[in-house]
Amino acid sequence: MFRLLRTNAFRLAALYMVLFAASVLTLLVFIYFSTANFVERQTEETIGAEITGLLEQYGEHGLLGLIEAINSRTTTERNEPTLYLLADPRLRPIAGNLASWPHTEPMNARHGWVRFPVELTRGGTKATYDAMASVTILNGDYRLLVGRDLRDAEVFRRRVEQTLFFAALLTLALGLVGGLLMTRNVLRRVEAVNRTSASIIEGDFSERVPVTGSGDEFDQLAANLNAMLDQIERLMAGMRQVTDNIAHDLRTPLSRLRARLEVTLLERPDANRYAEALAETIAEADHLLGTFNALLSIAEAEAGARREAMAEVDLDDIARSVADLYEPVAEEKGLKLILDISAPAPVRGDRHLLSQAIANLLDNAMKYTPAGEVRLAVRRIDGAHIQLEIADTGPGVPTALRERVFDRFFRLENSRSTPGNGLGLSLVRAVAKLHGGDIRLEDNGPGLKVVLVLPAAPERAAVTLNRSAA
Amino acid sequence: MKLLVIEDDREAASYLQKALTESGYGVDHAADGREGLFLATSGKYDAMVVDRMLPGMDGLSLIAALRAAEIVVPVLILSALGAVDDRVKGLRAGGDDYLVKPFAFAELLARIEVLLRRGGLPAATTRLKVGDLEMDLLARQVTRAGKGIELLPREFRLLEFLMRHAGQVVTRTMLLENVWDYHFDPQTNVIDVHVSRLRHKIDRGFDHALLQTIRGAGYSLRLN
Repeated sequence: MFRLLRTNAFRLAALYMVLFAASVLTLLVFIYFSTANFVERQTEETIGAEITGLLEQYGEHGLLGLIEAINSRTTTERNEPTLYLLADPRLRPIAGNLASWPHTEPMNARHGWVRFPVELTRGGTKATYDAMASVTILNGDYRLLVGRDLRDAEVFRRRVEQTLFFAALLTLALGLVGGLLMTRNVLRRVEAVNRTSASIIEGDFSERVPVTGSGDEFDQLAANLNAMLDQIERLMAGMRQVTDNIAHDLRTPLSRLRARLEVTLLERPDANRYAEALAETIAEADHLLGTFNALLSIAEAEAGARREAMAEVDLDDIARSVADLYEPVAEEKGLKLILDISAPAPVRGDRHLLSQAIANLLDNAMKYTPAGEVRLAVRRIDGAHIQLEIADTGPGVPTALRERVFDRFFRLENSRSTPGNGLGLSLVRAVAKLHGGDIRLEDNGPGLKVVLVLPAAPERAAVTLNRSAA
Repeated sequence: MKLLVIEDDREAASYLQKALTESGYGVDHAADGREGLFLATSGKYDAMVVDRMLPGMDGLSLIAALRAAEIVVPVLILSALGAVDDRVKGLRAGGDDYLVKPFAFAELLARIEVLLRRGGLPAATTRLKVGDLEMDLLARQVTRAGKGIELLPREFRLLEFLMRHAGQVVTRTMLLENVWDYHFDPQTNVIDVHVSRLRHKIDRGFDHALLQTIRGAGYSLRLN
């Protein structure tokens, strides 16, 4: 409960309740004054009408007519009996239903509005009530008092007071209960988020914030938090996979490096042998770094870490420029490099990664093709896809191994003697996946055909159109 | 020539200091960003080698602070972050070149020399000349000893880069980055093939070879 008092939500609820109560009370006070006065004003009006009637009688028939009128009115049975008193200049009663001139309030007022206590018998019981009356001065200092007892007004006022009092109490109680319930509800939802965060901090990453299904702000918050946690978990899993792989993949060459150094030491070498061994070691370290960089590039591409570097690029340009880099290599090997590139081939991608992927594919094709040709084709195959093909006339890849060549460090038996680290195709596939595309190997009869299919970027015109429509 | 090396790894710094001193440079060393900035503002250095991740003040902020103070000393950034966007960030902060760790010392040395001699040629140069080899950048023509040489566009760009850095060592990575704008390492030595074809075109039939291979480093276009 004390914790409840300390929370922001409770403070807000309390503030809300105070404001709410204050405005409700103001409203109630206003209602009180307007209703209570309403009855008194009505009484005043009734008395005023009564006086007007009597003064008409007085004007037409003089004092005697007035006395007669008073007598006739006091004898008639009425629901709300009016008080009448006609008195002479010394305030001795002449006619009316009051036995004597009352002790009026204000003290001994002789005219205008007065108040006084009056003893009345109602329903068999005698009681004292407040009464209000208007005193009119007639010719010869005679005085006419017309009034009404305020018993009904009193009852009404008391009832209004009571009603308003209970209404106020009820408002406060409802406000308090509502505030507490609201606070508890908010707190419970926040508490759920806190509990989840706590157990995630303790290491249970499978935990998720409960979603109630109501679709309110808390649900949206929970859903967003959960989506964020899923993404983090996915990235963490990817990262773990990458570090595991790298650790595994680098252990072998590192052991080899170490063994080489150890063996060199055991041989008790001379200075020349030392220099030679150091040069070999540097070469080996460079190779290791190359492998390490390739692994990192693959990991980056696989984790989608470079998605922000994506832009609309022309695959035909990229392919042509990589082909330009490799053209002399083909010529030197006596291979024919044939380009069959049709523009435009816009894709959404990372120019550097795509260049590297195409370079890896061309590099492979040239390395493993002893004679003949290498053909690089880029074309749009349908509205939504762009296909890049690299076909060679080399030995090809047996059908059974066409999936395995994408595995890290996998190398075909007959290619062991060629330089390479067995990571080239892994990177190409990671790049293809990063771009939402796919890669497969086919028979080129004879030779190998690598087919890379990438989603085409939307037409520029269409993009502009969408943007202006948005 | 005086160099400032700002590098927090002691071993790497002392190795750099030693190797650069042996190459004939005067070298000062700062182990953190603040000290580095303090030394750099003295203005007595011809070039700086700045590690990107430094205690006290990171390398990029340091370079930005230098540039804000209008100190135009050439800066080579060393970084373990090799992605292309990291490189772009580094150059945008005011660095002049970017070298990813680990690197061969020959690569670092070649790049420092290029930085030190930067600005030797006016920007609006239209003719390059190395010995009897001449390049007209406007007419896109190359002659050696007055005899025209036919070059493909990429051979022209390659030769232009080599001529602009005549007398300096340019590495394979520098050529790949500057002539092709590629920042990856092609597995086959593609660059060697390009250079040998270019050499064939400009040096064959002349008794003096201009395009020389520098063992363990790269290439150099020079007279002797």
